[in-house]
Amino acid sequence: MGVELAHHFNGEVQEMEDVNFSDSELVYHVRDALISVQSGDSDSYHQLVGVMHHSQRLAPDEVALLVTSLKALSGAVSYIDNVHHDSLLNSIFGMSMWNYGPDVMDALLELIISLAASNGKYIDSCLDMLVGNFMPPMYFVDALKQPRGQKKKEQVLSRVHTALEDIATLVPMAALRLSSIVVHRMPTTFFKKSLEKDRLKYRTEIYMENMLRLESGSIREFVGSRMLMAVVDMLIELDLEDMDDIAAGDDDGDEEIDNGELPATLSQRSLGKNIVADLLDSMMVQVFEHLEFCANNKRLSEVFETLLDSFMLTILDTYKSKFAQFVMFYACALDPENCGVKFATMLVDRFVFGDNPLTRMSAVAYLASYLARAKFLSTAFVASMLKRLVDWCLEYCKTQDGDVNPKAHRVFYSGCQAIMYVLCFCMRSIVDVPWLKSQLLLMPIERILKHKLGPLKVCLPSIVEEFLKQAKAARLFTPSETFMFEDLLESDFSRDFGGLERLDMFFPFDPCLLKKSDRNFIRPNFVYWKHVRTSYGSDDEDSSDEDINEDFVTMNEDNFMEEGMARSPDEQHLDLDEFDHAMNKMSITPKNGLNYRFGGDKMQMPSRIRPSTSPESL
Amino acid sequence: MEGLSVSDANLVVYVHPSRSKNVSQAILRELSSLLFKFNETFDGVVLAYAVNALDKHARILSGVHPYFGVRLKANLLLFSPKPNMLLEGKVVKLMRESIHVIVLGFSSAVIVDEDIRDEFRYKSKRGEGKYVSRVHKRHTIKVGTMIRFLVKSLDEEILHISGSLIPDHTGSVGWLDGDVKNSTTESNKKRKQPDGEIEVQELGIASGDTHSVNNDREIKKKKKRRNAEEH
Repeated sequence: MGVELAHHFNGEVQEMEDVNFSDSELVYHVRDALISVQSGDSDSYHQLVGVMHHSQRLAPDEVALLVTSLKALSGAVSYIDNVHHDSLLNSIFGMSMWNYGPDVMDALLELIISLAASNGKYIDSCLDMLVGNFMPPMYFVDALKQPRGQKKKEQVLSRVHTALEDIATLVPMAALRLSSIVVHRMPTTFFKKSLEKDRLKYRTEIYMENMLRLESGSIREFVGSRMLMAVVDMLIELDLEDMDDIAAGDDDGDEEIDNGELPATLSQRSLGKNIVADLLDSMMVQVFEHLEFCANNKRLSEVFETLLDSFMLTILDTYKSKFAQFVMFYACALDPENCGVKFATMLVDRFVFGDNPLTRMSAVAYLASYLARAKFLSTAFVASMLKRLVDWCLEYCKTQDGDVNPKAHRVFYSGCQAIMYVLCFCMRSIVDVPWLKSQLLLMPIERILKHKLGPLKVCLPSIVEEFLKQAKAARLFTPSETFMFEDLLESDFSRDFGGLERLDMFFPFDPCLLKKSDRNFIRPNFVYWKHVRTSYGSDDEDSSDEDINEDFVTMNEDNFMEEGMARSPDEQHLDLDEFDHAMNKMSITPKNGLNYRFGGDKMQMPSRIRPSTSPESL
Repeated sequence: MEGLSVSDANLVVYVHPSRSKNVSQAILRELSSLLFKFNETFDGVVLAYAVNALDKHARILSGVHPYFGVRLKANLLLFSPKPNMLLEGKVVKLMRESIHVIVLGFSSAVIVDEDIRDEFRYKSKRGEGKYVSRVHKRHTIKVGTMIRFLVKSLDEEILHISGSLIPDHTGSVGWLDGDVKNSTTESNKKRKQPDGEIEVQELGIASGDTHSVNNDREIKKKKKRRNAEEH
């Protein structure tokens, strides 16, 4: 065996010498071809360019020729001049790896890497070419659904990413250029009118897959955070695009808005909306899976830092996003003790210490919705966050002497509303734990709510009513005056403090309506109102609670808490050209949109709250 | 290694009024934005800065946004390679047609085969390439070797250097500095050198991006000694 090996080794060296010899011959030939262009003799050069252009259905000898040419070119890159050889460069940069087999792919990449490493002026084009290969050509998209297509995809993408890493090793500064190029080439066309929606959708998903792959790859320290932020930006854009679509498209859709009745044929426009919603759904799922992957590799905290920065910069001040914020929700769900806590703390800090009143109101709305809906947060933690809110509100009260003034004290009112909202969801759980109950009883909530500023008058009546009901049942406190809200969802006062952005009716973590994201990722971590045990609810088995809530549901066509503060009935027949309406479209999609998207599911917008007929609580 | 210098700079940083709450942070951010970019004024790439003295008063500019200008003194570590300077870097890729080098961890350099002197012959064994000197068998250049090369040109935008191994005093640093007498003793010779030289080597190979001014001088001394010997 030893002898055989030695023989083999010698043979190898021998062969290599031969191969090397002919390889260098080829290289010299190519160099000559390149040099002679300048002196006017461009025959061999044009031959070379011709070989590069050959792409479809190559016979084996054509493949061999292409591979050899590419390899020879790799050795001659220092002779390539961007002025004299621009047709050659154009054809090289225009080659799509998806058209070829692995041999050609390898040779092509070798050439690209050599080109990038040889001269600074080619780096951008080389990176651009590689990033362009993130997506398959249009004709190939359908093939991707089959196993051979998947195999090709893996062949191409693994090579592309390795090439990017190789270039970054050879030219460290290239890594910095890469993020700009990737962001620049992000597909952003929203293909409402296009006939190739499906394919475009698939290509966009693949592009995002590549961005996330860069985020976790070996050059992640240079490009990772920018990739993640760009991904979140893309989600937000789709999210908002979705909404604009619905707003624009409803003009002639009135006749189709029947309660629960799906029109027989969906219009072209609604197809467009479906596509965008589907795309957003699958992209959210991709991000969730990526977060899981990061969590498994113990990278979640560093990724979370970037997500949090991105959230604070973009999502927090975009009052219209409906689903993009669930990325934060899921990240927190994966690591409640670190990320979950950090998120809430950041929000409460922004509320307490922030400068801009709108940002503060938005932060506290996010906080309230988050604390209420996150199943994975401990009750003790929720109580501690409540305490911070209460402390701030109390300090504020002490310095104020005035009366009800929704506009002037809007930050205060939003804080009070947040406290009440969270308690609507969590009061029972807090009160059930003795040491938490005593903490709660110590909080000067009564003092705040009974203050001259009159938060009980200004905050959303529906929330105030629910809160008072529970507070009474839990013997937390009793208001000195009775409030007759007449089942109002909102009031003039609440509109006033909410302002144009309607931050009084802003519940960003209301149930996520994207099917795939919700079912597999959000739902297990999410608190639904109908499952909340209220303090006036019965203590018996869950079934009776269910019954009570069931009654609620059937009577009210859904409880307001579930769908959040959406529209009061008069708003259902809106004149959509009203500026007001556009501003009111926050985190809740109007009924029309839901019907289009979900084929007339039972999910209906709340109307009013009917008087409760459930038995008195204990 | 040439091309590195520390200079004293008098700078003025213009700070936006929104940052007036924390001026030092704003200034540091502004200075950080200079890093790893070629700067025309300094005629080099800023690698590091150290703020020496900060003025207590600043002048407010008149205009739409009342920026205020803070004067400060800083030490800047500059990297300004010029043609015919000698640089050192680590080989990351080696082919028949070119050698790719990384200088100071961030700047890429390439030496094409025309710029490699005939003394070096390319050999490829088991997929690994290396350049071996025909005159001194032990003078080899492989992936991972620190080499000293001459600068031909610099692409300022991407900090890409084109280099040359034509001159005689270029090549593997380990060979050039560790084997001053060109003796052919056994492979342990590097370990037998006086301490000072080992230090230089280790610094050079291990941490390619921390070169102190002292290091510079030491290397120059060795070169002078060798040159003196050769004459």
